[in-house]
Amino acid sequence: MRWMWIDRVVELVPHEKLVAIKNVSLAEEHLHDHFPGVEGGRSAMPIMPASLILEGMAQTAGILVGHSEGFREKVILAKISRAELDAEALPGDRLWYTATITTKSEAGASTTGVVELERPGGSGGGSGVETRSEIGRIEMMFSHLDQNLAGEQFPEHNFVFSEGFRTLLRTSGVEATF
Amino acid sequence: MDRDEIFDKVREVLVDALALDDDEVTAEATIMGDLGAESIDILDIQFKLEQAFGFKIAQGELFPEGVMQDPEYVQDGKITDKGLEELKTKMPHFDFTKLGDQRSIEGIGTIFTVDTLVSFCDQKLQAA
Repeated sequence: MRWMWIDRVVELVPHEKLVAIKNVSLAEEHLHDHFPGVEGGRSAMPIMPASLILEGMAQTAGILVGHSEGFREKVILAKISRAELDAEALPGDRLWYTATITTKSEAGASTTGVVELERPGGSGGGSGVETRSEIGRIEMMFSHLDQNLAGEQFPEHNFVFSEGFRTLLRTSGVEATF
Repeated sequence: MDRDEIFDKVREVLVDALALDDDEVTAEATIMGDLGAESIDILDIQFKLEQAFGFKIAQGELFPEGVMQDPEYVQDGKITDKGLEELKTKMPHFDFTKLGDQRSIEGIGTIFTVDTLVSFCDQKLQAA
């Protein structure tokens, strides 16, 4: 249950689109090291690591692809074709990941995604109105592990879509039989 | 579409999929050696070619699969005569004369060039 970088699936159009959210929390251990204060210098700056934003998108898109195949295939991230992030996500922010499938085949799938940042209280304008704006564009490719070119064999059970994913889908109200 | 136009479109696909400069894409450049493509990149190239040219590419149509795992076609890492015949039939876009006497599986990588992709697209468009 440890490596979930999205908290809920809020919208799912099977085979097409999946929208998930991630709430950034000061309770996340790594934020105290990313970045810590420096003695006599800069104060602590808790910022969500970009690599975990990418992982959130990978989980969003990976579930979209997996769900479209009834979770029969072991869907793994194989290539990040494009990743641009324009702003930082801080504790208290909510990230919105929207992934769509561009192409799919027996060997794998290519997806495109948008990251949005929702900051309670607006972005400093003081109006108290929440803003949600695009802060990133991420394109990824997934491979169906069992269909790999090298003919390598893997264990039969789908270890990719583990307990953590199943719990996420259940609490999000997404129907899935594994 | 003439071969030059096909080459231009193939070059665009390769520049996009492999993050290359235009001038790195020459006809004789090998896709996996010179241009650094890995197997996931071959899939990416396949998807992008489908989009650029409007045709569908079946699994194993662009680059040999299956043949390489079959013990009748490959033994001790070397392609058998039967395997070579099978490859020539299934992969008409490859120039197998360039292999010479070489029969190692890795040899396939050395004849998988930009030109191979151009021939592939040319043949697909003509068959349409």
